[in-house]
Amino acid sequence: MNINEFLGYRRENGRVGVRNHVIILPLDDLSNAASEAVANNIKGTMAIPHPYGRLQFGADLDLHFSTLIGTGSNPNVAAVVVVGIEDEWTNLVVKGIAKTGKPVVGFGIEKHGQHNTIMRASKAAQEYVQWSSEMQREVCKIHELWVSTKCGESDTTSGLASNPTAGNAFDKLYAKGCTLVFGETTEITGGEHIVAARCRNKKVRDGFMSMFDRYQDVINRHKTSDLSDSQPTKGNIAGGLTTIEEKALGNIQKIGKKCVVDGILDKAEAPTGPGLWFMDSSSAAAEMVTLVAAAGYVVHFFPTGQGNVIGNPIIPVIKLSANPNTVRTMVEHIDVDVSGLLQNEYSLDKAGDMLLEMLMRTANGRNTCAEALGHREFVLTRLYESA
Amino acid sequence: MIDFLAHEKGDLVGVATVDIKSGQLAKGVYMDSQEPVEVKAVEDIPLGHKIALSDMKVGGTVLKYGTDIGKVVAPIRKGEHVHIHNLKTKRW
Repeated sequence: MNINEFLGYRRENGRVGVRNHVIILPLDDLSNAASEAVANNIKGTMAIPHPYGRLQFGADLDLHFSTLIGTGSNPNVAAVVVVGIEDEWTNLVVKGIAKTGKPVVGFGIEKHGQHNTIMRASKAAQEYVQWSSEMQREVCKIHELWVSTKCGESDTTSGLASNPTAGNAFDKLYAKGCTLVFGETTEITGGEHIVAARCRNKKVRDGFMSMFDRYQDVINRHKTSDLSDSQPTKGNIAGGLTTIEEKALGNIQKIGKKCVVDGILDKAEAPTGPGLWFMDSSSAAAEMVTLVAAAGYVVHFFPTGQGNVIGNPIIPVIKLSANPNTVRTMVEHIDVDVSGLLQNEYSLDKAGDMLLEMLMRTANGRNTCAEALGHREFVLTRLYESA
Repeated sequence: MIDFLAHEKGDLVGVATVDIKSGQLAKGVYMDSQEPVEVKAVEDIPLGHKIALSDMKVGGTVLKYGTDIGKVVAPIRKGEHVHIHNLKTKRW
């Protein structure tokens, strides 16, 4: 199988995308209705509604902006129409996205009203979608592909088979010079010493451990009797996982056996070079995938045991499972069935190649199950209360 | 047919890869060495759930992936189901 090249969209800043979205991006909750109306008017565009953006402040507001700007800047996005309640913050997001060189324009609702805003934004969206529809895919090198991973609704089959499959694929992509990321800070609890031992150097290790310790402090501050009510989740427990340590040891199988943790990233922060990065992030599926998409990753590996159905508006989420019940009862959600690993029907190396083959097909344009089913979970991480 | 898999030699639990019935002589494999291992199940073990590969005393540590996954909180006999009723996290 040739994993050296794929067909992607080369953007103005040189980055390569595997999708060609024109998005209508609301600045805030108030702008969802107008954004959705524009996307309804202009076929081939997509609104990305969300519930936040008002009266946030400090680091929480910074993260709001960096997530929206990162989403618009992602190379899977050809052009962006931003709609906000007022001009100032709207323009801040527009300016951030404009640094990529891609077409972007913003519209404020105040002083114009909703009808007028929808009309003005629809005209821009139509121009963008017709312009982007003439773009052609071109041959790109594998090292230009940025791939993220996070698992969900895990069970013991995740740690036995689907997570090691993602890890095997990560080992092979790492050797090709790809830019990779994993995260889920709390779900490393019990395996943090293993991740620490895989860090490139002391600086990376210290950075990782300080992120890990900070999250433990958050949990200790807010937990009631015990976090066991949500970690492992009820789905995890039904699937046979008993403790957070067991879940974590399964989780970190996704970084393979050879990858080195080359650096650490804050939430939604773009990496500065190839290699494997750790992003300090929630373990909630949609939050984590939203953050890595905002950091610029263009394809996601999502191993699941019990059958998490998550997708993302701008990046294809490839789902794999080794649970024979899940691949049978939830077949429309699973892109890669690796349940044969549980019966030793093929090797882990072969399963990794099966996932890489699906990665190449997805990068070349195949719609994932989540895309076909319309899963567009876009969930912004909040750090604390609004003002 | 493989009834359960254990990650590595020394692990005290295996994971059922099929639904195992009480009384069944379950056939397993250590994934690191591919060495076979057999345990007589003394309870039903649903697919994905853990089977004890040896007796374990209260206060002991359960090893899986060759690593600590928590403490024993009720006595466990070889072949029994290991889950939230007899294994607890040491964290949080």
